Amino acid sequence: MSRPAPVVSLRNVTKSFPRGGIVALQGIDLDVQPGEFVSLIGPSGCGKSTLLRIVGDLVEPTSGEVVVNGKSARQARLDRDYRIVFQDPVLYDWRTVARNIALPLELLRWDRARRAARVREMVELVELTGFEGHYPWQLSGGMQQRVSIARALSFSPALLLMDEPFGALDEMTRERLNAELLRIWELSGSTVIFVTHSIPEAVFLSTRVVVMSRRPGRIAAVVEVDLPQPRTADTREEPRFFELVTAVRDRLRDAGLDEESTAPAEGELLVGEEPA
Amino acid sequence: MSRLRRQAEQWVPAAVVFVSGIALWEAGVRGLDVQNFLLPPPSDIAETLWSDRRELWSASFFTFREALGGYVVGCSLGFLAALVVSRWRRLQAAVMPYAIAAGAIPIIAFAPITNNWFGVTGMASKMAIVAVLCFFPMMVNAARGLTSVRPSSIELMRSYAASELTVFRRVRLPHALPYVFQGLKVGTVLAMIGAIVGDYFGGAPGALGVEIRRWVGIFAFEQAWAGIVLASALGIVFYAAVALVERRTMAWHPSVRGARAE
Repeated sequence: MSRPAPVVSLRNVTKSFPRGGIVALQGIDLDVQPGEFVSLIGPSGCGKSTLLRIVGDLVEPTSGEVVVNGKSARQARLDRDYRIVFQDPVLYDWRTVARNIALPLELLRWDRARRAARVREMVELVELTGFEGHYPWQLSGGMQQRVSIARALSFSPALLLMDEPFGALDEMTRERLNAELLRIWELSGSTVIFVTHSIPEAVFLSTRVVVMSRRPGRIAAVVEVDLPQPRTADTREEPRFFELVTAVRDRLRDAGLDEESTAPAEGELLVGEEPA
Repeated sequence: MSRLRRQAEQWVPAAVVFVSGIALWEAGVRGLDVQNFLLPPPSDIAETLWSDRRELWSASFFTFREALGGYVVGCSLGFLAALVVSRWRRLQAAVMPYAIAAGAIPIIAFAPITNNWFGVTGMASKMAIVAVLCFFPMMVNAARGLTSVRPSSIELMRSYAASELTVFRRVRLPHALPYVFQGLKVGTVLAMIGAIVGDYFGGAPGALGVEIRRWVGIFAFEQAWAGIVLASALGIVFYAAVALVERRTMAWHPSVRGARAE
């Protein structure tokens, strides 16, 4: 059987923070195949954001092996093998929409003409034509997040890491951006790892949902999502969609109960923001 | 409504206050027959501003140069100190409390001392006190700007494999710009105060602070008042010039653009 080499491969990854003796992640094993859309879901504080940052070499694991595109996570970062989107858009206030999107291209030393052409493409993709000259504070939250997605996609990344990118948005915007993201994912054929709190969102978007347990974060279950592609608004109405949502919810509940930890569900942000 | 008219409407109330303030002053002094050494009428001051313009201007310009020289030195050193301090977290923790506390010290009280150190009649002693005055606000503001970047902004740059230098140039520095300008603006006011008060404790003949004291001593109150008016005007122009540069360099900033987003 010849399977393609995984894009991301995690072996027995553990992360603990010496301060407070917090074990954020324990014994994580996960392979992500090319073209997959994998969601990480779990209660607050389960370390899913930390796991994403470990893949991106923004946080170092305490132990375990992380391989991205067949090399170390650090090398993959230095080779700019992935793009990351955070929960808050992280736009630079002093740059216009166009120049925010162009930032990674500037760092790659693309020339001006090539940058402009790509920015135009990206602006069209996220439907922000006409706003190129606006500054971030002149945009709504949803538009800002679309800029940050356009920026992440500006240099066609083979691997896209997304940390609750739509978490702060209203339901309508969220569903629309979900659909956009899927369209982009299909077009680009990239691999996505997506952290979310929302069960329907995870089921709607993913080919696989990874359910994580409360701290210390472990992989409690993996749910294969066999909904047909492409997914549309109708997908959310299908009985199979509801079955899968229920399945994920049950796994989450099990994961929550089989841990003795009664620690309050804060701390995820704390863990994510711990300086590397 | 046209832009011009909107701007005019913004300025009119302030202009009305200015004009009526002057008129009230003039009428009050004349009507109540206030003694000249207490408060001369504005018309006399204006007359003196014109008749003694050469002497007044040269004195003001001399002191303004003291202020400007000290300002440039103090702000530059303050910014450099902020760069160094913001680079190492430990150093920052050790040093910043004192830099902030320095804001509560009446540094101007040291002016007689710097006069002793750098010579009463030279410009250097006034520049020194001005530099010290400008140093701390610049250092504190710039350091705050350089270190208040959100962690995710830095993480994003790391995900692009950006070097420390690139992160500094593309993120830390532009992020710190509004803070730096805050330090620069505060500095303009302190610089004028420092230079004139430095002069009061003794300075070169022909310096504005020295002249104001001399005029008061020989009961030339119109001259003294004219000097104060000119010093104030220079201070305002100095501040406005820096504010203008700020507007030009930070067109992106909401505070500059005015919240016009729809």
